Amino acid sequence: MDREQTIETDDAELTGAEIVVRALRDQGVEHIFGYPGGAVLPIYDALFQQDAVEHVLVRHEQGAAHAAEGYARSTGKPGVLLVTSGPGATNAVTGLADALMDSIPVVCFTGQVPTHLIGSDAFQECDTTGITRPCTKHNYLVRDVNDLARIIHEAFYVAKSGRPGPVVIDVPKDVQFKKGRYVGPANVEHRTYRPQTKGDPRAIQRAVEMMAAAKRPVFYTGGGVINAGPQASKLLRELVKLTGFPITSTLMGLGAFPASDPQWLGMVGMHGTYEANLAMNRCDLMINIGARFDDRVTGRLDAFSPHSKKIHVDIDASSFNKTVKCDVPVLGDAAEVLREMLAAWKALGRTNEPAAMKSWNAQVDEWRARKSLGYRCSDEVIKPQYAIERLYQLTKDRKTFVTTEVGQHQMWAAQHFHFDEPNRWMTSGGLGTMGYGVPAAVGVQVAHPDALVIDIAGEASVQMTLQEISTAIQYRLPVKIFILNNEYMGMVRQWQQLLHGGRYSHSYSEALPDFVKLAEAYGAVGIRATTPAELDAKILEMINTERPVIFDCVVDKNENCYPMIPSGAAHDEMILADAQDQPGVTEAGRQMV
Amino acid sequence: MVTDPNAPKSAYFLVEDKQAVLTATLAVIVDNEPGVLARVVGLFSGRGYNIESLTVAETDHQKHTSRITIVTSGTKDVITQIKAQLGRLVPVHRVVDLNVDKPGIEREMALVKVAGEGDRRVEALRLSDAFRARVIDTTHTSFVFELTGAPSKIDAFVDLMKPLGLVEVSRTGVVAIARGAEAM
Repeated sequence: MDREQTIETDDAELTGAEIVVRALRDQGVEHIFGYPGGAVLPIYDALFQQDAVEHVLVRHEQGAAHAAEGYARSTGKPGVLLVTSGPGATNAVTGLADALMDSIPVVCFTGQVPTHLIGSDAFQECDTTGITRPCTKHNYLVRDVNDLARIIHEAFYVAKSGRPGPVVIDVPKDVQFKKGRYVGPANVEHRTYRPQTKGDPRAIQRAVEMMAAAKRPVFYTGGGVINAGPQASKLLRELVKLTGFPITSTLMGLGAFPASDPQWLGMVGMHGTYEANLAMNRCDLMINIGARFDDRVTGRLDAFSPHSKKIHVDIDASSFNKTVKCDVPVLGDAAEVLREMLAAWKALGRTNEPAAMKSWNAQVDEWRARKSLGYRCSDEVIKPQYAIERLYQLTKDRKTFVTTEVGQHQMWAAQHFHFDEPNRWMTSGGLGTMGYGVPAAVGVQVAHPDALVIDIAGEASVQMTLQEISTAIQYRLPVKIFILNNEYMGMVRQWQQLLHGGRYSHSYSEALPDFVKLAEAYGAVGIRATTPAELDAKILEMINTERPVIFDCVVDKNENCYPMIPSGAAHDEMILADAQDQPGVTEAGRQMV
Repeated sequence: MVTDPNAPKSAYFLVEDKQAVLTATLAVIVDNEPGVLARVVGLFSGRGYNIESLTVAETDHQKHTSRITIVTSGTKDVITQIKAQLGRLVPVHRVVDLNVDKPGIEREMALVKVAGEGDRRVEALRLSDAFRARVIDTTHTSFVFELTGAPSKIDAFVDLMKPLGLVEVSRTGVVAIARGAEAM
């Protein structure tokens, strides 16, 4: 064989590693998050020799997964990560489970030991497809390099379509070296997976007729609206405006409808507003669009919205009647169904009985007047709610993205930071993953280099993945880690106070680092605020710093997050911040958390 | 729905389901790809559903699709949920409930080994004839019967063999198909 011929063969076929990179490029992937290791070295070698796909080196594979999630949630495009076999894969599992629970499109490449060693307990071997099967939407083990391109394109399709989710592609090292045929995305069609996106017109017609007949209607929307793209949010706004109904949303759905709008009730659920929860409780028609009746939303099921008919729009048939019975299920994509609903509503040309709507709105206003998000201000100590409020006020005119960790600070952020746009709010809702916020912020900032990206954090959560600040430094990503430091795992402490007789078992954050010095050690900027008087200036200093910042906001240690529906209670049994005699938590409620 | 004050503290669900428990036979058509059975079985264990019987084999060698027949039990709501959960698995083509969606017929095959001598041996053979079982292996002191029928028929036969020297039973689990001319 002469030299020319060899080159010709090379051109016709690619190595598995080259196929991975080529497929990423053809899928329009610009950034991937990853960490190298023995079983993915050929792919790293292929990445090294090209510029189309930029690799962001994280500090831990969990960080890669959350960064990919943050990237996906802020752009609507799938996030991609690349990790090695064994511990690389197991470290990514938390992020995959998180993405599954919150329906985030993620494609995760894992290296695997060579096919002939699979099952031999080889170095850094683990049963990746076995381990990730229950925490992914789908996964693949690629045994033949000629299947690799098809599988990658399929994986992107599966991750994005229907109810989005994470997909793992496990690629043994020998498959990365072997040469095989490449096929482009246009030539790949999934054999079976065709989620229904168009809603049943009869169901939609029935839904709008019920809407027109309702006397106390409320919209209850969720992450499905965000996942259906900006168009869905636009259509939702139009429909809500036209109908004039009040609207609330889950934690996942914040931003789909503008929080500054007078029809907005605030968030629903365990730490939702009084008006949102009461409206849900007393409504006669609930229009659920892309939410799933999560237990943090419903509270006690037998007392959940007892007098309402329920319309439920969802892309996933298993969401219907899972916990709450619905009267009209509409299977389909939120944007498509909203478009049809809007058309059907206009065609119907009816409006709700004005007297009924007037009295319903008056009732809602009465609940609103309760000002359930109120808290007692202080001149001496920074109240966490005040810190979020100031942060919101000082950043609201910018293009701001917010990620969070999990706990009290997350709920305060959801309550006091208001979102007018979708895809600006990234939080771990379903899985409740402490440590989500820092890497997610890294992912968001990679996608939006010029935006202001803030991780609203707690001092306990943030320590779970804080090393990703090093990633931010390396790639000059000016993320802001805004820590509400109350020296407690605040939500744990709050529950211990309410449920376990104030026995604060292991919830005190002892031996905390000096976050300012820690920031400096990483090469970031550390800022600390300890009094309300200096807060604004310090926040402005943070915003105006064009480098990563760790902001240690020292807040009231004993503040609880209210309003709150204790587990096992109903929506109309909320605990409010100013309630003199707070109802005790029942034994039944104690078991729920 | 009733709150149970004696539920274990770790339990998340506070409500006790008072609905009647039904048995359902589900026919599931899947792509015969690696891990598909683990996916289906993992779904059942992961979400706390029962599997009473499960059979699987490739039924279309050209399209590489397999048919899984699962007998499960649960309340009506749980069975609806099982069907929906199976439906969202990526390699699943169709899920049909062969009690509700379409009336079906069920069969199971069993191999039953019985050892004995004298009258007991004669009685075993006589009963096997009544059940239309076939003898597929024999020695002077034993039979292996092959028996096909509804699971209840096999249960009855096995019970009858117990006093006659039942040694061992191997059952296939239920396979089922819809009645009538149409495909599922």
